[in-house]
Amino acid sequence: MKLRRRHFLIGGTAVVGAGVFSVWWGDHAALQRAKAMTGGPGQAAFGGWMTIANDDTVTVYSPHIDFGQGSHTALAQMLADELDADWAHVRVEQAPADYAFGNTALAKLFVPGMAGMPALAHLPDAVFSLIARNAPLQVTGGSSAIRATGQFSMRVVGAAARQALVDEAAARLNVPAGELTTAKGRVTHAKSGRSLRYGELAEAAAQRSLPDDPPLKTRDRFTLIGKPIDRLDIPAKVNGSATYGIDFALPQMRVATVIAAPVRGGKLQSVDHAPAMAVHGVERVIALDSAVVVVANGYWPALKGARALTPKFSDGGHGGLTSAGIFAAQAALIDAGKPDHHYGSGDVGAALAAPGARTHHAEYRVPFLHQAAMEPFAMTGHHHDGRLDVWGATQDPIQTRNLLAQFSGLPVDRVTFHPMIMGGGFGRRFPPYTQIIEQIARVAMAVDYPVKLIWSREEDVKQGAYRPQSMGRLQGALGHDGRISGWQSDYAQLADAESETVFPYVVPATARRHYKYISNQVDAFWRSVNSTQHGFYNESFIDELAHLAGADPYQFRRAHLPAGGRHLAVLDAVAQRSGWGSALPAGSGRGIALVESFGTICAHVIEAGVDPDGTVRLHKVWAVVDCGLTVNPRNAAAQVQGAVLMGLSTALGEAITLTGGAVDQSSFPDYPVIKLAEAPAIDVHFIESGAAIGGIGEPGLPPAAPALANALFAATGKRIRTLPIGRTLV
Amino acid sequence: MAVEAQVNGKPVTFQGDDDTPLLWALREQLGLTGTKFGCGIAACGACSVHIDGEVARSCSVPIGTVAGKAITTIEALGTPTAPHPLQVAWIAHQVPQCGYCQSGQLMAAAALLAHNPHPSDADIDAAMTNICRCATYLRIREAIHAAAGGAAEVAA
Repeated sequence: MKLRRRHFLIGGTAVVGAGVFSVWWGDHAALQRAKAMTGGPGQAAFGGWMTIANDDTVTVYSPHIDFGQGSHTALAQMLADELDADWAHVRVEQAPADYAFGNTALAKLFVPGMAGMPALAHLPDAVFSLIARNAPLQVTGGSSAIRATGQFSMRVVGAAARQALVDEAAARLNVPAGELTTAKGRVTHAKSGRSLRYGELAEAAAQRSLPDDPPLKTRDRFTLIGKPIDRLDIPAKVNGSATYGIDFALPQMRVATVIAAPVRGGKLQSVDHAPAMAVHGVERVIALDSAVVVVANGYWPALKGARALTPKFSDGGHGGLTSAGIFAAQAALIDAGKPDHHYGSGDVGAALAAPGARTHHAEYRVPFLHQAAMEPFAMTGHHHDGRLDVWGATQDPIQTRNLLAQFSGLPVDRVTFHPMIMGGGFGRRFPPYTQIIEQIARVAMAVDYPVKLIWSREEDVKQGAYRPQSMGRLQGALGHDGRISGWQSDYAQLADAESETVFPYVVPATARRHYKYISNQVDAFWRSVNSTQHGFYNESFIDELAHLAGADPYQFRRAHLPAGGRHLAVLDAVAQRSGWGSALPAGSGRGIALVESFGTICAHVIEAGVDPDGTVRLHKVWAVVDCGLTVNPRNAAAQVQGAVLMGLSTALGEAITLTGGAVDQSSFPDYPVIKLAEAPAIDVHFIESGAAIGGIGEPGLPPAAPALANALFAATGKRIRTLPIGRTLV
Repeated sequence: MAVEAQVNGKPVTFQGDDDTPLLWALREQLGLTGTKFGCGIAACGACSVHIDGEVARSCSVPIGTVAGKAITTIEALGTPTAPHPLQVAWIAHQVPQCGYCQSGQLMAAAALLAHNPHPSDADIDAAMTNICRCATYLRIREAIHAAAGGAAEVAA
């Protein structure tokens, strides 16, 4: 089953809308296996997601990787709140990469959308468990940890376990369960003044069958959810002790690095091993299908050896591809007017052709973008005794394990993947295009010692899985009343973005038409995925229409949003907080943008300007976010700040370009990531609307680029339709 | 070749060719993996250490140049019982996200404070050129001000 992330939103909407909560322990085989893997003497396992030890320690097993989103802590908060645990005794472990820990909640979020059948949400939970085990689903992505796993699993597990603990205490104290209360890891019988620790109840309580659908707390009863609790992983990240995938080591381990075909789709044709073997410390050169690997007694000799090689690669027929050529081909597709997908309502053609209508059109272009996680790919493999062990970090451990089995030729039960801390992901580490999984499997099987494969930064940049290069042509019409009467978006890229692109404005006639353009590059899940480019197209174009209408861009958006809705509340709040409309110095301007993605509504106002010499200056950002409920407000604010800055970084200077089918950029000097000196102050405000919980890792990003472009238009009169803007504007 | 130096107060002997970057000698020979590999060309700062008290990007420092020098890595910036004030501030301000660059950020910030105990925002801008893809920059700034003992200046 191929997981397409653009389906996530439909799935999320369908499931949340149906109000389905987890009864995920319906799959007894998986449950028993998970309990066996987490429980043990003195460790009582509740479902597969949590244990309570005799000493009261509560261990939460997260099926999500925490690469800085803070989801481990937030998921534990959600479980511990329902459990009424003592937070001082709560810790989090990464769930093993085993089918028993397939994320049933994710299946519930995604599968209905994948199949396009919301009715699937009503299937028995055992079915979702089966899907999660086999899909496989241990994904970290889609801003899904809190809104899916937290809501559908963690809270339910906590509440069910709490009930079992209460029932066990009632039996022991011989009192009605209704007379018992729970708090801080104890069950208390106030009448008799007796109380029992969870640790002394756990073993027996875990033998009880857990309720399928325990009542969950109402928001007014939360004790941990909504609190700015310190993240559990941070202390190890300030003293060098946190061990990332790249840090893992075994005795006798060698270190390898790789050079893959510069043109994606190319194959290795020939390579003379001798120049690498002549490098002191190099032990092996291993030719793979489309790459060459050098194994040495350390990274430095491996790198020197790799650089000494002059491998010949084919170009897979893509040797003529350039970025300009891609835009030309995309324009030709749109010109031909035969969309692969067509959505919308009303008669846009009539609106655009209506007598007296004021029409406008604009073409926007965005480049390939690289995730540029700080930790380059690194995995350690050890083939021994007919087994393969691999240590590393990806955004889906179960799928990683399955791919390792596929590439090594070993049965899955002889392959163990050990998920480790990851130095950033941003969508780069989804297994299907995490090439190092295949590389480490093949290299480990070819040698009889442990080997750690590390990608150079140059390899990381050149062999990326990018946000697609894309073109959008927008057309709009204003009616006599100055309101938008028609809106058409024609866009060319690989993926149909319909399910991810929320158009919040009330317009009588809309059309969204996708033209499928296939390059030689992977269509990857870059942070916030298709919402980046479509946020830029839509929020730039509505700004253009506002100016055409002679209206204030904030008021113009306002006039097209449903009264009393969440979008309007977010927009009003960001305008109010930013002092929208107040005077600014010459050369400065404000821009506003509003984008909904992953179930969260986010608006930014950016104040920016241009120095007399053309230097672009970011002055301040205001962000207002409605994700329904913030589980950990401080962490959520950090996510929004980081997303804003990543969005601004891409808008200012990031682009992957192709020449001769190969990537032109190679490292940070030519793929510039924003630094501290450029980072403006960011005011983040959350609206706790009480709506269904939305994602928080990604939604802060899409409004950043259009808000900046709109601000620079306000400051200079120059409309930006091509990203990146550059750090100087002439 | 063997190069004798001091790392975190202890004498060490690095093996390997003279051009071996200090980063890899620290990580692979001494197991000091708190110092991270980010780019290998001194562009990102993830590998920052102190050499004789000055911040240096160890991916681009050949071991042939560190004979007799005193090197400090993140592992010795503080101790569990006596953390560096920046480490305390980093936790209080919940600075890290993925955390991968933070060893380098802390070493760069520690060198800054050693030379300039009360840096201005402009001083921080100039000194803190390490890349953080999670973009924890605003909290890095706050935490440096906090560790310097003053209230954070309002960023421009």
